[in-house]
Amino acid sequence: MSDSSVVAVHGEAHGGTDDPALRHHFATEEQQRNASSLGMWIFLATEVMFFGGLFCSYLIYRHWYFGDFAAASKSIDAALGGTNTAVLICSSLTVVLAIWAAQTAQRTLMLAMLILTMLFGLAFLGIKGKEYKDKFDEHHVPGSSFSFEHEQIPGHPDQYANPRHAEIFFALYFIMTGLHALHMIVGLGVFTWLLTMAWKGRFTPHYHTPLEIGGLYWHFVDIVWIYLFPLLYLIDRHP
Amino acid sequence: MSVHAKSSPLKTYFAVWIALLFGTFLTYEVAKIDLGPFNAAVALIIATTKALLVALFFMHLKGAGERLLKLVVISTIFFLFILLGLAMADYGTRGYH
Repeated sequence: MSDSSVVAVHGEAHGGTDDPALRHHFATEEQQRNASSLGMWIFLATEVMFFGGLFCSYLIYRHWYFGDFAAASKSIDAALGGTNTAVLICSSLTVVLAIWAAQTAQRTLMLAMLILTMLFGLAFLGIKGKEYKDKFDEHHVPGSSFSFEHEQIPGHPDQYANPRHAEIFFALYFIMTGLHALHMIVGLGVFTWLLTMAWKGRFTPHYHTPLEIGGLYWHFVDIVWIYLFPLLYLIDRHP
Repeated sequence: MSVHAKSSPLKTYFAVWIALLFGTFLTYEVAKIDLGPFNAAVALIIATTKALLVALFFMHLKGAGERLLKLVVISTIFFLFILLGLAMADYGTRGYH
């Protein structure tokens, strides 16, 4: 307590001018860091509610049309989805390693980890593109060319899935994975900016808040995918 | 590097990474086994465990002392459960459609 008030007085006395990284309206660097991360967490709260609405409609339709959803889910390549999950998990690791490198003043490692993160992000989008191409080829994209005839419902060899209900699944699939991919593209933009800042030497063990904030966003997008993968790809996979 | 060795979080980071990869493998393999209605439950439990690992260790929620931050995180989860829970309580118990 006495420690922080001493620092606060110190900060005010100098008006923050002795430290270019400390904005004048913050008393201490810790306060500035906490304010930034709180702001990001509040943004992530709005993101949770944004994706939450989509998950909610997914749950309702899955509850109603479970067999049709299972049949439609089975038509997606789960190995591609699983690979993409692993790719994102690896990218989350490289993000924390980049922050750790900034904290320990290892510039080369930090730059390498940021580049690696972006490469993982691009790999994710590439695999996603392959998956989308398959769906276009199979006419599984909702719209006038949509076709899902004579597809068996898993566990009910005598029943065919209702194409209209399967189309709802694919609509949710494209909206949810599409918005997730959009978040990945935004994330790549954020990381391009972070890489530029890191290249210019703006991050020190003392100040690297943008890395932490950008990292929070990246991890959040990872968490959304952690739920999307089993819900969209693995509804009813057993033979 | 050795200067920071005493508080190096690297071990935790790599352990969490391995756990997340293992969770992905597990959820993929478990989906192939017929557990009836429990397939969805197991998938969600694994996903939530993975999400918690990311949030606690990669997003550093573990050890975050700030009360305001805790309030934001807990109320986010609370309102998400209101959204999903009340909607499903309604649709799940009535003969819509």
